[in-house]
Amino acid sequence: MAERVLFFILAIVAIVSAGGVVLSRNPVRSALLLVLNFFTLALIYFMLSAQFIGALQVIVYAGAIMVLFLFVIMLLNLGSPEAVMQERDLKRPLAYLIGFGILATLVGQAFVLLLPMTPQPPSQAGTAKVIGQALFTQWAYPVLLMGVLLTVGVIGSILLARRRVS
Amino acid sequence: MTLADFGWAIVRIAIMLGFLLSVLPVVIWLERRALAWFQNRVGPNRLGPFGLLQPMADAVKLFFKEEIVPASADRFIWALAPALSLFPALAAAATIPWGPNRLLTPVADVDIGVLYFLAMSSLAAYGVLLAGWSSNNKYSLLGGLRSSAQVISYELGMGLALAAAVLAAGSFRMTTIVEMQAQPLWGVVPFLHNWLIFTPWGLIGGALFFVCMLAETNRAPFDLPEAESELVAGYQTEYSSMKFAAFFMGEYIAILAICGVMTTCFLGGYLAPISWSPIQALGEGGGFWGIVATLTGALTPPLWFVLKLFGLFFSFLWIRATLLRLRYDQLMNLGWRFLIPVGLVNLALLTVYVIWGWIPSLIGYALAIAVYFVVFAARRPERRTVALLSEAQPYRPKEAQSG
Repeated sequence: MAERVLFFILAIVAIVSAGGVVLSRNPVRSALLLVLNFFTLALIYFMLSAQFIGALQVIVYAGAIMVLFLFVIMLLNLGSPEAVMQERDLKRPLAYLIGFGILATLVGQAFVLLLPMTPQPPSQAGTAKVIGQALFTQWAYPVLLMGVLLTVGVIGSILLARRRVS
Repeated sequence: MTLADFGWAIVRIAIMLGFLLSVLPVVIWLERRALAWFQNRVGPNRLGPFGLLQPMADAVKLFFKEEIVPASADRFIWALAPALSLFPALAAAATIPWGPNRLLTPVADVDIGVLYFLAMSSLAAYGVLLAGWSSNNKYSLLGGLRSSAQVISYELGMGLALAAAVLAAGSFRMTTIVEMQAQPLWGVVPFLHNWLIFTPWGLIGGALFFVCMLAETNRAPFDLPEAESELVAGYQTEYSSMKFAAFFMGEYIAILAICGVMTTCFLGGYLAPISWSPIQALGEGGGFWGIVATLTGALTPPLWFVLKLFGLFFSFLWIRATLLRLRYDQLMNLGWRFLIPVGLVNLALLTVYVIWGWIPSLIGYALAIAVYFVVFAARRPERRTVALLSEAQPYRPKEAQSG
């Protein structure tokens, strides 16, 4: 019972903050609401006894990526939100199309999969040991490929940002 | 979870918060007195014995100060920032065990203790970043931006240093990391504890962690976010009254928490340097040795923990009084081009130990140090000159300047 109450509180906070990300006119507040959303999502992972994923969610998304987002928003002056809103080009209809498309897919999936809502017993699937074993035995090659991809990205960004010293 | 578990959790939280908040004035007093001592001054010595009541007077002063909100500040975020700097600092201490009694310590003995600490310390960047932005002051903004870049960069090094401790213990759980260090030293010396700092990977990992924790907490020589001489006080310039005090408290509690993690992961946690197991064996029969065994086994571990905590804190002060502030490009070079590669090599050689044992690992360390000195250390002066030419005027001897 207590878990279900907690879940609904977290879910409401997550959904409201996700809506706020899109609706807020101030880019810094949008980014902060996204942080709140990631944080509540991490708490939901903890409730599903996926502790490892929850901790990584906070470390990687809330702690590193969103700090970088905020850093960039504060460093680059984006101009007033109204000016950005009044730009008339293909971006807006395309954004509506993609957004509602993803929403429709998710809602459809949710109705198919989640309506019976059988409570899952707490599993060991979310511990560091199980995830590590899966990643480094069963999925070793995809993990290595991801590592190569990330290395290429890092080297590419260094090449782009490099200052030429004469 | 039963009601008793819930009650014990509340007791544990109360003890930890009580300890952190009551040790805070002592720590601030120690910083001021020790810095004064290093700089051949007197320091606050008027109020109470040795000036110990000075922090209380400061707190009262801060309570009654007028709070000035900058006219163009983003008021909501401006008020949120001090809370965001205090919360992760308080929460980060929750997984640190400071005694062997599992009912009292740590607050939450979770499977992912080390990761939890990393998550909380990565959230600490927000308080400083938002304080700098919402003050609408260029010095504050610069301080906030510097701090966020610094914290992100040094978090990677810190994660690699902690990964060495995690790999050596085989667990993210902090109590397991401490238990691993309760083994006999190097597996052979029976009366000493195997603190991780006594192993090659622990020594390198501990040194990395120490540097990274200075940078994470924005302390000298990495105090660029609040550099008094260039940014006034950086992100906290516009704050007054209790909001300023909240930043102050957050900073010191974060220092205590991070020193606690260093103690737990590298300095043997609450363990004494020598093993008490012979006395424990003598104390089985009760009597005099029974009392000694209780004292050494159950009561002194928290004292050892606090002793190590204060030792580390004193080293913070020592470094603050001794070293000059780094330049920004030096800070970034140290983080990305020295600490992270060293951390990766350390981790790789630790895996060599885990798989093949002592001898290949030690040979690997010797080889790595030799390669470092032959290939990198010899080329260093040349590299420094190139970096300087692109940034600022290099130091040149007299004849070069005139000619």
